Amino acid sequence: MHSLKIGLFIPCYIDQFYPGVGIATLELLQKLKLNVSYPLKQTCCGQPLANTGAEKEAIPVYRNFIRNFSRFDYVVSPSGSCVYHVREHYDILEQTDEVKKVRKNTFELCEFITDILKIDDLKIHYPHKVGVHQSCHGLRGLKLGKSSEIIAERYSKVHKLLEKAGGIELIKLHREDECCGFGGTFSVFEPDVSVRMGLARVEDHQLNGAEIITATDMSCLMHMEGIIRRQKKNIKVVHIAEILNSNSL
Amino acid sequence: MNAHAQMAANFLANRERSDWHDQTLWMVRQKRDRVALSVPEWEQLREQASKIKDNVLSNLENYLLQFEQHALANGVKVHWAVDADELNRIVLKIINDSKAVRVVKSKSMLTEECGLNPFLEKLGIEVVDTDLGERIIQFRNEPPSHIVLPAIHLKKEEIGELFHEKLNTEKGASDPHYLTAAARAHLREKFLSADLAITGVNFAVAETGAVVVCTNEGNADMGVHAAPVQVHCMGIEKIIPSTADLGVFTRLLARNATGQHITTYTSHYLKPKEGGEMHVVITDNGRSERLGNVKYRDSLKCIRCGACMNTCPVYRRSGGYSYRYVIPGPIGSILAPYADIKKYKDLPFASSLCGSCTDVCPVKIDIHQQIYYLRQEITGRSKFPGFKKISLKLAAKIFAAGRWYDLSGKTARWAMKHLSRKIIYHPLNAWGRGRELPEVPERSFKEWYKKNIKS
Repeated sequence: MHSLKIGLFIPCYIDQFYPGVGIATLELLQKLKLNVSYPLKQTCCGQPLANTGAEKEAIPVYRNFIRNFSRFDYVVSPSGSCVYHVREHYDILEQTDEVKKVRKNTFELCEFITDILKIDDLKIHYPHKVGVHQSCHGLRGLKLGKSSEIIAERYSKVHKLLEKAGGIELIKLHREDECCGFGGTFSVFEPDVSVRMGLARVEDHQLNGAEIITATDMSCLMHMEGIIRRQKKNIKVVHIAEILNSNSL
Repeated sequence: MNAHAQMAANFLANRERSDWHDQTLWMVRQKRDRVALSVPEWEQLREQASKIKDNVLSNLENYLLQFEQHALANGVKVHWAVDADELNRIVLKIINDSKAVRVVKSKSMLTEECGLNPFLEKLGIEVVDTDLGERIIQFRNEPPSHIVLPAIHLKKEEIGELFHEKLNTEKGASDPHYLTAAARAHLREKFLSADLAITGVNFAVAETGAVVVCTNEGNADMGVHAAPVQVHCMGIEKIIPSTADLGVFTRLLARNATGQHITTYTSHYLKPKEGGEMHVVITDNGRSERLGNVKYRDSLKCIRCGACMNTCPVYRRSGGYSYRYVIPGPIGSILAPYADIKKYKDLPFASSLCGSCTDVCPVKIDIHQQIYYLRQEITGRSKFPGFKKISLKLAAKIFAAGRWYDLSGKTARWAMKHLSRKIIYHPLNAWGRGRELPEVPERSFKEWYKKNIKS
C-alpha cells in the first residue's frame, strides 16, 4: 500500500470554508502510511454547474480535474457527492484511458478505507453521542450503505468505521436517511423547502439525543450548521474525517 | 423565485398544516416499508416488473394489436385516440350514441390528463367522480394533489364542512366513519341511476384482451355493474403481455402505493355484460413521442403507485399543487416537461436529487437521473435571464483554472469577513433566508497546504 500514489481531492467549499476537514483527511491518510499529495491546480468537480443544467459549461472544469489527478493510483476525497459526480457524470467527456482511470479510481474517504485498504478499526476514541446523517449521493449514489427504500440486508460503511470507536454512542433517528435539503443550487433556488428539510433533520438528531451530527459530506453539514447557528441550537456538526482522525494510530 | 419555489414557500408558511402533510405521507411511506419487508423477493419483483415493461415498450405495437384482436373477439369495442381531444370526442360520441344522461367515473389519471370532465361538463353532461377522494375534490372544484390520495391536502374537519354544505351532514361533524357513510349513501344513488360508467385502467392484458382496474372502494365495479354501458380509458403504456405478468404488478402496486398487501378490489373486465356495451379507448397523447427518446422512455414504465410522492422530501413539504401538473412529485417533474417544457421548466429543479424516488420506484425508473438530464436540456435551450447566464459562465471560467479559483475564493472570503451583516444578508441572498453562512477561516486548505506541507 505504501507505494500507492494517492491524490487528495479537496472540494471547493471545503477548501475555502472548512480547511480543517481537508487537514484531517490528509493527516488520516498519512497516518495510514500512504503516499499522499495534493495537486495545487485543482479546483472543483464541476457539480455546481452540472446540477444547474450547465454540464456543457462544466467540461473545462472536468478536464482540469482529469489533468490534476490522472497520474495517481487513487484519488481520495472527503465528499461522497463530488466523488459520485466524477464517477457518474464524467460520462460526457471523451472516454480516454485517463478519464476512465480517474472515474474508476476516485473514492470517497470511508469507502476507500473499508474497500481498498480493507480496514474497519481505526483505533478511534470518540466519547460522544453521534448522529450519522447519511448524505444522499454517498448513500444512494455510491452505495456506502443500504438506503431505507431498498429491501435487503442492512449495511453501512460509515457505521462500520464508527462503531469501532471507543466511547462512541451512535444514536438512532426517526428517519434514518432522509435528505437534508442542501442539494447544491437547490438550496438557493428553493430556499424555503431546503431550510425546512434541514431543520427537520437537525430536530430529528436533537430529539434523539445527538450532541454531534456527522456526515460524509460537508455540504450537508454546512447547510445544517447554517440552520443550527441561525436558530442558536445546541448541537454541533463534525465531518466524518475529523472523527476518523481523532485516533491514536 | 420560480413558480414551484414560490408556491412551496406559500405552502410552508402554514407550519402546522405543512408538517401534518409531511408526517401523513411519511406514515404511508413507513407502511410501505413494513409490507415490502414481508416480501423477501421484493427487489427481484422490482427487477422483473422493470424488465416486463422493457419488453412491453420495445414491442408496444405488437402487444397493442394483440390486445385489440382479443378484445374485439370478446365483443369489446376498441377505440384509438391520438391525443386528449380525440379521447374526449370518442367518449362524448359513446355517451351520445347510447343516449346516456348520467355518467359516473372511477379514478383515472388519464382522463384528468385529457381534461375529460371539464370537456363534458361544458356540454352539460354531469360526470360524478365516485372515488371518495375524487368526489371530495370534485365538490371543491379542485384538481387532485396526489395521484393515489387525491385529497391528501385536506383535513377531515374541512371535509366535514364540505359535506355539511353538499350532503347535509351535521354541522361540525368530522368523524371519518360518519362522513364516509354519508358519501356512500350519496354515491349509491348515483351508481343506481347511472347510464354509463367510465373507469381508468391499471393494466390491459394483451393475451386475453381484459382490462384490470384496482380500487379500494369497489367504486369501479359499482359503476360498471349498474350501468348498461362501460368505458375504460387507458394510455398505450398500460399494456402487459400476459395474466402471469399481472401477478408481478399486483404484488407491487398496492404494497408500494399505500402499504396494503393488495387493493381491496382487483377487477378484471373481459367482455360486455348481456345486453350491455363495453368500450376501451386506447390513448397516445404524447406517449409515443416519449417512447422514441431513449433517455426518457423509461418514464412510460410508471404504474402510478404514487410512492415517489410519498417518499419525496420536497413533495411532502411543498404539496401537490406546487407542481401545477396533473401528476405531481418526482414522476410529475419528468412527465410535465413533456407536456409543456416552457410552462414546467422549474419542475426538474424542484428536487434535491436525493434519489429516494428511484430507490422506491416499483419499476425502477431512474427518476432522479432523468431530472438531471432535463436540467441540462432546460438550461441549454432557455434564454435565461442575463444574470444567471453570466454567473454560470463566470463560474465555469473560475472553476476551470486554478489561479482564478484561488483568487475568487480569497476575494469571497475577504468579503464575507469584512462586509457588514446588512450587506451580506441582503434579501437577495437566498442562502441567508434561514441559514447563517459558514464562518470564514484564516486561510483556505490550499493556503495551509502550501505553507505547511509544500515548503
